[in-house]
Amino acid sequence: MADQLAIGSRRGLKPALPLLLPAYLWLTVAIFLPLSAMVFFSFMTDLPLAGKEWSFTLGNYAAFFSQSLYSTLLLSSLRLGLEVTLWCVVIGYPAAYVLAKVLKGRSREAIFLLVILPFWSNGLVRIFSWAMVLREGGILDTALNAVLPFKINIDLMYSYPAVIIGLVHSYVPYMVLTCYLTLQAIDDSLIEAGRSLGASRRQVLWRVIIPLSMPGLIAGAALIFVPVVGSFMEPRILGGRTGTFYGTVIEDQFVAVFNWPLGAALSFILLAVVLIILALAAPVLRRAA
Amino acid sequence: MAGVQVANVSRSFGAHRALDDVSIDFADGGFYALLGPSGSGKTTLLRQIAGFDFPDAGSIAIGGESVERVPVEKRRIGMVFQNYALFPNMSVADNVAFGLSVRGEPKATIAMEVQRALDLVQLGKLGGRRPHQLSGGQRQRVALARAIVTKPRVLLLDEPLGALDKALRVDMQIELKRIQREIGITTIFVTHDQEEALTMSDRIGILRDGRLVQEGSPEEIYDRPQSEFAATFLGDANIFRGDATGSGIKLPDGTTIAASTGASVPAGAKASCAVRPERIRISPGAAKPDQATANTLTGQISKRIFAGNNSTYFVDRDGQTLKVIVQNTGAERLAEGQPVVLNWSPDSTVLIAAELGEPRGQISGMLSRKITCSRGW
Ligand SMILES: Nc1ncnc2c1ncn2[C@@H]1O[C@H](COP(=O)(O)OP(=O)(O)OP(=O)(O)O)[C@@H](O)[C@H]1O
Ligand SMILES: [Mg+2]
Repeated sequence: MADQLAIGSRRGLKPALPLLLPAYLWLTVAIFLPLSAMVFFSFMTDLPLAGKEWSFTLGNYAAFFSQSLYSTLLLSSLRLGLEVTLWCVVIGYPAAYVLAKVLKGRSREAIFLLVILPFWSNGLVRIFSWAMVLREGGILDTALNAVLPFKINIDLMYSYPAVIIGLVHSYVPYMVLTCYLTLQAIDDSLIEAGRSLGASRRQVLWRVIIPLSMPGLIAGAALIFVPVVGSFMEPRILGGRTGTFYGTVIEDQFVAVFNWPLGAALSFILLAVVLIILALAAPVLRRAA
Repeated sequence: MAGVQVANVSRSFGAHRALDDVSIDFADGGFYALLGPSGSGKTTLLRQIAGFDFPDAGSIAIGGESVERVPVEKRRIGMVFQNYALFPNMSVADNVAFGLSVRGEPKATIAMEVQRALDLVQLGKLGGRRPHQLSGGQRQRVALARAIVTKPRVLLLDEPLGALDKALRVDMQIELKRIQREIGITTIFVTHDQEEALTMSDRIGILRDGRLVQEGSPEEIYDRPQSEFAATFLGDANIFRGDATGSGIKLPDGTTIAASTGASVPAGAKASCAVRPERIRISPGAAKPDQATANTLTGQISKRIFAGNNSTYFVDRDGQTLKVIVQNTGAERLAEGQPVVLNWSPDSTVLIAAELGEPRGQISGMLSRKITCSRGW
């Protein structure tokens, strides 16, 4: 990796510019401009709508630090992100391994399709179908009671586990895809070489396969952790009253309370925290990869 | 250290028989080459011995013990893969240390053994490098060091020199042979390259379409091939086909060829004779001398290839092209188009019983060899 980058930079950026331009133009228009507007908003006392008076202030940022509610919610969102990421590793990595190293041909294609199916379904539809499965008298409840000889009561709806289930379902394909790509690139002869040197399957997994697929694990974790920390749809619909997280509070500011400046400020604090976490984790992760 | 006994091993992939009733006894401490065209089952046989794959029938024993139920990691084998299969995430030293460290050897022992193995392959100073910072030959030596540091009972090498250029290949052949002698390990070496097989091994097994065609010392196989395939795959050979006479064969045009080595074929049966190009004497002349000895033919030189220490003449004779190699002794060279007399002794002629299913056309030895080789690449 490092020496590839070195080669790239030696050749210079210039020949690559025409290739980069469309992407940067798009990013500027679609992300940078609205985002700078948000930065601007986050320093205002009120929205300049309907001729209301406004001035610059740091109060929105101060609000985060003056009320412990926000940092408590941020912490529980970070914990949610961590838990969902871990479940995605636990579920996604073995699936990716089987896809990349065990299945061949048609069965691989079929399973692959099943894995990325959630990608193709509408997020809202996905969440509401979970709601139907998880609620009391829902599909899971009815099915289990039909099979089991005794009566049990399954009502996972509006609970923390329901939020986790919904989020893991939405994000696990990222983990499967990134891990699949790195696992597939591992030559089978490396695994055989390990075995021939006296390593058991488990030792080969820990010493060869996992280290070599670390880049995929890290990429998948980053792709999952960041959006999950700011997520609001799954917590709101599947979590109900227990589903108040940092992301839902931000959403409230924009759609319910119409306090855009506070919503914007909270978003940027989240962005800063996530960036700090990634920056702190980078050296550790780089060593692992 | 231990020998390997492969007995009646068969392995099919779907309808394709990759190994068909193969039996070979690899002697303890020997250097054994498995030679054969591409797809002949060499890698498949090696994988059965290593335990990556399992035979449908037959048995394999290492050191006298059946390994049917022994998984790869318990077979105590060392393997060098065609693409070296070095772990890219580890340094050279860690690659070599891998086998010892999974066994849980103490750190100090590992460091010492790794250094010794790296010194043996003359890479003592490169332990800190990553595999991608090494040349092909160096990688190959790391792979070898990694395979022998665990003191395996058997060393399996799958075309380890395939990716190297000619000069490096010869260096590595010498080095590999030196190391093998030094530690005296039973070695099974897969190669495409007949010269490599001849120069390096104590014994050679030739595989074709999953069957063991012939097995023996390099001299035995070169001097007394038992099939046209063995004759033309290991070295060059001129092949004559005709009917057995008891002491040789009679060609369709009535010429007789006397052979005093090889199989005994009952008179009247189909048979072939193989003659090595360097055993044929060539002299200018349009007609056979009056007191023609046995095995004298006339022909015309169609092509001459000068290769410094020797010259190869292609001599056309009755629709067949024969190949003759003459050492450069300073004697007069013959020109293309010149009529010549060819002569060789019955001792240099090997009688071969016709194989069932063998095409009976007049294909010269060189030609069929070329075909097998091009399949090989
Ligand atoms: N896993 C497999 N599935 C199906 N067919 C296989 C498999 N492995 C090998 N074969 C077939 O078995 C035959 C022998 O293969 P093998 O790899 O042993 O050849 P080889 O002698 O090593 O050839 P090469 O010199 O090209 O490496 C080939 O026809 C190959 O296509
Ligand atoms: Mg092979």
